[in-house]
Order: sequence, then structure tokens, then C-alpha cells
Amino acid sequence: MSLDVSGLKMYYRTVRGDVRAVDDVTFSIADGEIMGVAGESGCGKSSLGNSLVYLAGRMKYVGGTVELDGAPLPIWDFEAMNQYRFSRVSVIPQYAMSALNPTRRVGRMLEELLKSRGFDYGSLQPELLRRLELVGLDAEVLRLYPIELSGGMKQRTVMVISTLLDPSLLIADEITSALDVSTQKAVAKMLVEFRDRGFVKSMAVITHDISILYQVADTILVMYGGQLAEKASAAEIIEAPRHPYTKLLISSLPEIGVRYETKKLHGIPGTPPALLDPPKGCRFRDRCPLVSEACRRTPPFREVAAGHHVACWQVAA
Amino acid sequence: MSALLELERCTKVYRVGSFGTRRLTAVSDVSFDVRAGEVVSLIGESGSGKSTIGRMILRLSPVTSGTIRFKGDDVSTYSDHRLKAYYRHAQGVFQDPFSSYNPVYKADRVLELVKIAYFPHVDRATWRSKIEASLEAVSLDPGQVLHKFPHQLSGGQLQRLLVARALLLDLEFLVADEIISMLDASTRIDVLNLLGALKARGLGILFITHDLSLGNYISDRTLILRRGAVVESGPTSEVFGDPRHPYTRSLLAAVPHLHQKWGNDTSYGFDSEQVPTALVPVGPDHLARVAV
Amino acid sequence: MIPGISKKGEGADSALRETVYFALHNRKLVVGLGITLFMLLFALVGPLFAQHPPLEYGGHLSVAPTTRDGYWFGTTLLGQDVYAQFVNGLRLAFVVGAIGGGIAALVGMVVGFTAGYRGGVVDEILNMLTNVVLVIPTFALLLVIAAYLKVRGVMTESIFIGLTSWPWAARALRAQTFSLTSRDFIGLARLSGERSSRIIFTEIAPNMSSYLFMMFILLFGGAILIAATLDFIGLGPSNTISLGMMMQLSVQNAALQLHLWWWFLPPGLAMMAIVGSLYVMNVGLDEVFNPRLRSM
Repeated sequence: MSLDVSGLKMYYRTVRGDVRAVDDVTFSIADGEIMGVAGESGCGKSSLGNSLVYLAGRMKYVGGTVELDGAPLPIWDFEAMNQYRFSRVSVIPQYAMSALNPTRRVGRMLEELLKSRGFDYGSLQPELLRRLELVGLDAEVLRLYPIELSGGMKQRTVMVISTLLDPSLLIADEITSALDVSTQKAVAKMLVEFRDRGFVKSMAVITHDISILYQVADTILVMYGGQLAEKASAAEIIEAPRHPYTKLLISSLPEIGVRYETKKLHGIPGTPPALLDPPKGCRFRDRCPLVSEACRRTPPFREVAAGHHVACWQVAA
Repeated sequence: MSALLELERCTKVYRVGSFGTRRLTAVSDVSFDVRAGEVVSLIGESGSGKSTIGRMILRLSPVTSGTIRFKGDDVSTYSDHRLKAYYRHAQGVFQDPFSSYNPVYKADRVLELVKIAYFPHVDRATWRSKIEASLEAVSLDPGQVLHKFPHQLSGGQLQRLLVARALLLDLEFLVADEIISMLDASTRIDVLNLLGALKARGLGILFITHDLSLGNYISDRTLILRRGAVVESGPTSEVFGDPRHPYTRSLLAAVPHLHQKWGNDTSYGFDSEQVPTALVPVGPDHLARVAV
Repeated sequence: MIPGISKKGEGADSALRETVYFALHNRKLVVGLGITLFMLLFALVGPLFAQHPPLEYGGHLSVAPTTRDGYWFGTTLLGQDVYAQFVNGLRLAFVVGAIGGGIAALVGMVVGFTAGYRGGVVDEILNMLTNVVLVIPTFALLLVIAAYLKVRGVMTESIFIGLTSWPWAARALRAQTFSLTSRDFIGLARLSGERSSRIIFTEIAPNMSSYLFMMFILLFGGAILIAATLDFIGLGPSNTISLGMMMQLSVQNAALQLHLWWWFLPPGLAMMAIVGSLYVMNVGLDEVFNPRLRSM
């Protein structure tokens, strides 16, 4: 197993109390697996991804364990994580546009980054150039300032930089959101290519766009209100979802070919719960068409079929 | 049926650089029309000029050349009180719900602004029932959205409130500029269905988006915009079912489907900007841009 | 952004309460405000206790502070009551700050808002105007004015300061206005038939209220400082006495060498206290208004 997360809890400290962004999350990513993390705003998927790499500002580690390739990953310890970051665990952040230092040429920034980690830029340069070429970028890119690159070019540059040291785990946080549809396809396909060529062992691709996940991910993890709702292969999530939330979500996505006149789609009424003081029990309770008395207790995230986990009392094993 | 809104050879050129010496053409020679009771999608990627067209129609941005006719009258030169009369019938809703509201005021102030400008002499009770009717038309509960600040409401509620605001007037034409891009998937479709309901009431809607599936779901006619120029236009079923322009085809090939994996990459090199082109009919009401 | 929390706020009342809470607990703000208010109180009430007119030559020369005859701050080399001069100067300082700072703020707002909202040609013209006023050598200008106006009052000085210190405020406001104008709610206001002037005052300015407030405080303190500088080099009002002029006269009359500390120390300390506390107050306000600067 590449990544094993067990009972992870990450809360945000605020004046008004703890925001329970990631509340008791357990899952695994196998070697070579691309796992998509899907969910809407406020579900905690970005918090989950980020917590595996660094604790930003107000985020606080509350409990749970994380193991990477069999050894514990000390995500609560900023200093200790330094030796893992970039080399074993890496992240392609949201808004790659702002991830590049605007006052540095790209090559210079990379050189400084590698030096700070104790790596020699010179010895890595041939591989760097090979990878840039792979994603369709000229070596020229290294001599440009970020402002001279287009959005798609910046995204690809950040992808190459983030994976240069062949990390075991790559977290891609909403990397296709701000891109045009044609660039989106190219970038998403690039992720798969990186995995296929062994640049990255396993990936967690975080996005709200489930259709992209269907195209590139092996499995999809659906999050809701800081907790896990369902995890299964991408095909099963799309074609045979079991959790009520997943079902409603999938049925609300318009595909090319579906028209308003012929088949009117419906959304999910209501809003996700605020994570400051979340309701007890199943967090989807207030919007769920299958709600019952049992839902007052938090349903366990358990395996109901081979490789298919669901957290819902209404789904029989 | 005569057109509600008609654009004829509209062009927008920006002056950039120091002292405005360089020229940037954002929209180039665009013509189309929107009829009452139909939704027209304007589909383009970033930099295609689609938002600029929306702003020109709403006169938030001056037109460099060309005319924009609303029910036959040229509005591209309107100002002040004639513009105000135009806004009685044509309104817009934009992409970012949180940018559309002034954060220091309550959200329902946008409704109040309409009263001050267009219904100054209406008494409170009548106004109140008018608001409630509008909110009901967009499926909003007055108790949940009135007297609240923008940050207390969700994106979906804010966007619907903007539509409700537009309905307070004698709305005939609506520009919906990426209105659901920033909403969650589960609320998007409800707001989109709202546009369908408005269409059924006889409104003409220009739906600006980069998302082809949304355009396909809701619109009757579609225009594909690339770098400020229309490359293909026609009934939605035709443009999506039988795309003639290579750009349209490449866009459709890039859309992530839910039950079908992507094909292999087809690069679409036709960047010959220098070749003169024109829109020619390729089917009934179906136009595509070809080299001439 | 912290997920799942923005929807549960309680609106402006709690935002106001939160601001007040942080304001009352911010030491810089409390101390700065305290000192400023104390000096203001002194300026308002102090003159009631002065027993001699500030410019009167009383006859007792270079007397150290004493309770006799009400010379609490002593007298100058020329027999004038230092206390009377001091409280008079204190009042003038606040007047110059309010009027000079007020005029600068007003002009800065008009120019900045218009340039930022309109853009285009209007912006370029106003920019040129701002730059011209910025580079005018105020010292030389004042010399010319001093040559023409034999009698100059505090009002003249305040107006002069106001009309020459607005450029940086205009620049800052223009930049802020630019970024606000691009927000959609401005477009929506136009779609609601609101006129440009109304938009500036009801949509844009309220969004910058904390910024405008802090800007005014800076202009206020700045005006006092500029007035003190002008007074010190002899270009102050010709018909009264201010703190800066007290400093000037004491230096001119070798008060330091003659150990007449009561002549220059009070005005110097007072000016330091007022301007210093205003700036400290501003730093504190910045922390209160800008949540990211707050040390949790």
C-alpha cells in the first residue's frame, strides 16, 4: 500500500471554535493508483489534500495516523515533514498561477528550490529538460518570468517541478479548474502519463469536476461535510453509485446529449452543513431522501462490495 | 418572429500600452440575434470576447463600431434616461455572486435600488407583494433571503436573487454571463432550470458560458466564439450534432463525458490568422467560418 | 479560506462587535487614542486657566515655572507667559490639523475617486494634475506667498497645507477605487440606473470607510507636522503664536544655552506626543481593521 490514512482528523482553529474540516477519515491509495477526491465546496477535500503535505496556518492536527509506503508520515510536525516534502510527497497547488514567484525566472526559482532541499540542480537538469519536452514545453521556459507564460503553460511547468524528484504521492488540488476545456484535457491526460511513466507512484486528484475524474482516475472518493461518503472505482461511482448523495450528485450533471426539454435534471435542495458545529450523526441527513431514525448516529465507512465503501445505513452490505 | 436583440457587425477594440498606442481587438465583426422565448448560448474559452459582448449589450462597455438594436432601436449610442428606459427591459446577471453584491450592505438592497430608480412612488405594501412574487418565481423563500448580508447566503441563493431583481422590472431580455460557473454542481442545475422557466415565460436569454454541456442542455441556438469572431452558429442540435468547424470539433472532443472516455488527442492546427475567412451557410440556419 | 464557515456569520452586528472588541483590546489604539484625547482636552480646557494673554510682555523675564502670578510654565526671555502660549499653540495645532487635513482629504477624495472611477482621459488629466502639485516646491511657493501677504493667519496656513498635501491621498484612493470599480456590483448599480456621482458615494466610499478614516488621521497628523516645520523656519502665521513658533523663538533666543528649558521642552514634547500618538493610533487601527495583522 502506498498511502494508508486512518481516522484522520484535522480542524481549523478559529475564534468561534474548531471547524471540523476533516473529521475521522480512513482510506488507502495503492501503488500506481490515481484516486480522485470529489465533493462540493466546504466538503473538506482541499483540507484533506493539503494536510498530507503541510499544515497551513490555522490547521491543527487532532488525531489519526498516516502511513506512506509502510512508514509513518509525521504530518503534525512541520520540521520533520521537510525531508518528505517535494521528494516523497508533493503537491500541485490550486491556482498554479500564483505558485510561481513572479519576481524570479522559472529556472532560477527551481534552482533555489532544489538547493534548499539539498539537491543539485545541475545533475537534475537533463531529466528536467526531458520532462519539459514531454509536456510540450520548450527549454526556453526556464528563462522566462511567470508573467510571460500562459495559464496552461504555468500549470504544466508547476506539474513538472512538483514531480521532478519522483515522489511516491502526488496531490493535485483543482489543477484543471481555471483552464479552458482543451487545456484541461491535455493537463488531465498528462497526469495519467506521469503515473504511467513512473514519475509518480500514486496520486490524489482533488476536484469538484467528477467528469474529469471519470476520464483519468482509477477510483473516486466522494466527500461530504468533512467526512467520507463513498469510495469505489470510477466506473462504479458514475454508473452504479450507492450513497444517496452520490446518486443525486451524478444525476444532476448535464451531459452533452441531455437537453432540458427532453429530460429535466434536478439538483439537491438545501446546503451543506457548516463545519463549525456540525450536526451529530450523518451529515447528509437534512437533505437526504432516505433519511430515517438510524441516521442520528454516524454511519461507518464500510465495504459493501469488493473495493466499494459506503457510509450509509440504508446501503446493505 | 422579429428579433428582440440584434447585433450587427459589432467590434470592440481596446487601446493598450502607454498613451494607448497599441490596439487589441477583443471582438471582431460579430452579428447575431436573440428572439423572444429562446435561449441562445454564446460559447467560448477565455479570451474569446464573450464577456465583452455581454457587457457591450448591457452598455457597460462602449461599442467601438457596429450597432446593437433592441426591438429595432439602436441602443449602442444611448445614454442617461434612454439607457435607464432600456434597462427596464434588458438586464444582466454575472459570474461571481459575491462580487455582484456590495459587501457593506444587505443583499436585498439590490431590490431597493430598483425601487428607487424605477418605482419611486409605489407604496410599501404593494412593493412588498411585488418582491414576494418575484422571489417565488425564482423559488426563494422571502424569510430566508431578506434582511441578510451577502456572506450569509449561498452562491445559488445570491444568483437567484439577482434574477428576482431583474424580474421586478418589465424584463424581456437577460444576459446570463457564466452565472453558474462558481456554483456547486448540485445547485447549478436548479439555477439553469430557472432559465428554462424564464424562457417559457417569453424572455429572450443570452447564455454566455465556456461549458459546452450546459450550453447543450439549455439553449435553442448556439454560437461558438473564438478570439473575438464567430466560427460557427446554428441550432444547438446542429452545432453539437454536426459540427463543421474544426475548432468546434476540437472543443467537443475535449469535453469530459460521463459515460465515454476521451479519444486520442487531435491537435487542431489551423492558426492561419492571415487567411481571409467568412461565415457561410452549411445547413438551414447553420453557419460556419471557412477560408475564402 | 476556512471551509464551511462563511455561511454561519451573524451579519454586520457581529462584525461590528468583533471590531469593537479588537479595538478595545488593541494596546496601540487605546494608548494612542488616550494621549490624543488628553491633549485635545488640554487644548480645549487649558486656555481657561491662562492668566495672561500669550503675546503680552509681562515684565518678569526668564522666570522658571512657578505658581506665583500663574506662570505655571514660566516665562520667556521677553517676559511672555509660556503656559498661555502653550495652550494657545495647542489649540492652533488641532485647528491646523483639522482644517489642513480636512482640505487635503477632501481634495484627495474628489481627485482620487474621479480618476479611479472614470479612467481614460479624465484619469490621465487628473494624474498630471496630481503629479504637478506633487513636485511643486512648497517651500519656494510659501516664500512667494509670504512676500505678498504681510499678515497671514492660521487659516491661510491651514489652507495652504491642505492644498499642497493631497496628492499622495489622491494616488492611494485612485488605486483603491480602480480595484473596486472592476467588481460586478458597480456594474449592477449602473444597470439599476444609478448615476456615477451616487455610485462613488454610496457604493465605493463605504467599502473604503476604514481606509478613509485612517487616511484622514494621517493627513491630520501630517498637517500638524508640516505646520510646525513651517513655523519653525519662520513662515508661520504672523498674528499669533503656535507650538512651532515657540520652538523657533526659543532657539533664536538661545534658550538652550541659557538653560530656559521650560520654553522649548513643553512645545516640543507636546508636538511629539500629538503626532506620535496619532501615528501609533493609526497602526493600531490598521490591525483592528485588517484581521490578518491581528496577533491571535
